[in-house]
Amino acid sequence: MHARADAADTASDWPDDIFATLQRFDVRQVPYVPDAGHSKLIQRVLDSSTMRGIALTTEEEGVALLAGAWAGGQRGVLLMQSSGVGNCINMLSLIPILRFPFLTLVTMRGEWGEFNPWQVPMGSTTQGVFELSGVKVLRASHAAEVPAVLEAAASQAYNALTPTAVLLSQRLIGAKVFTK
Amino acid sequence: MSKANLLDRRQVVSTLLANRKDIVAIGGLGASTNDMCAAGDHARNFYLWGGMGGAAMIGLGLALAQPKLPVLVITGDGEMLMGMGSLATIGLQKPANLSIAVLDNEAYGETGGQTSHTSAAADLVGIARACGINDSRAVTTMAEIEAFAKAVHDVSAGPRFANVKIDSAGLERILPTRDGTYIVNRIRADLGFQPI
Repeated sequence: MHARADAADTASDWPDDIFATLQRFDVRQVPYVPDAGHSKLIQRVLDSSTMRGIALTTEEEGVALLAGAWAGGQRGVLLMQSSGVGNCINMLSLIPILRFPFLTLVTMRGEWGEFNPWQVPMGSTTQGVFELSGVKVLRASHAAEVPAVLEAAASQAYNALTPTAVLLSQRLIGAKVFTK
Repeated sequence: MSKANLLDRRQVVSTLLANRKDIVAIGGLGASTNDMCAAGDHARNFYLWGGMGGAAMIGLGLALAQPKLPVLVITGDGEMLMGMGSLATIGLQKPANLSIAVLDNEAYGETGGQTSHTSAAADLVGIARACGINDSRAVTTMAEIEAFAKAVHDVSAGPRFANVKIDSAGLERILPTRDGTYIVNRIRADLGFQPI
């Protein structure tokens, strides 16, 4: 069983803020690999009449899906947790080659009071992997800054075709703890 | 494992695209993308030169964005094996306008002809069907190719999958453009979308 500790921001509405921004930017396809930190946003997407939530078996599928969506005239956003970023690496090469708008929202593990050591290696290299792959990284650590960070990220991704990842820090989503 | 009566890949692809009308076609990394070019360059051809394992998912994104257009993924057994999870993703979404044709020579032809998993064990038709793609066909004749080519245009009855056993002959490479941005923007323009 697990619960959330240090969850100062978990009662806030930041997933609703994200959803509203995505809606305003006319995002239509939302591929995801589930994460507890994304659960509220995923539910908003699945309940939406304008967005299609697309469950993936592995995150790299989402990168390729967004390329196809853009060729067909739609914008998308990829939801994943930090472990999934490593699964994407080769597929990220499609982004500069095909030049489609790429926005991903990544819930972080392996930082800020992480309990599980197995999350730490990939969590520690998440930002570096993105930057080496040509994806700009923005970070939100507090609920109050989520709207502005999302606005900036969506704007540069969709208007300027600047590949962008938003890291939603474990401080924001609440460190996961395991209890007996 | 070599078998008699294997189909000619170029003949298969040119038959699939002979009367293409408004089809958007995605060619997987490797000989499949060359086969598509050999059948005739087209504004709606999405040639892949990388992103191995991504062809079917590019097809899904396009099919969901353009539900009235037939979308056809043409790829190889190695490329499909690398993206096998995408068959489960497609089986869940069930895009009625998406078709996938795998050109199965049971080998990695681009890298020296090493045998692939389909040569001895993996059954892609069974995998696709078990992932929820009910119309999954094992194709061994040109008559079945012609039937599949016709079915691709029915955008209300997919998704559909065909595994086509082809011979492993190495053919002259017919190379499409390698400019990915050009490829995507040409498709977008043909579908009526403006540049950003």
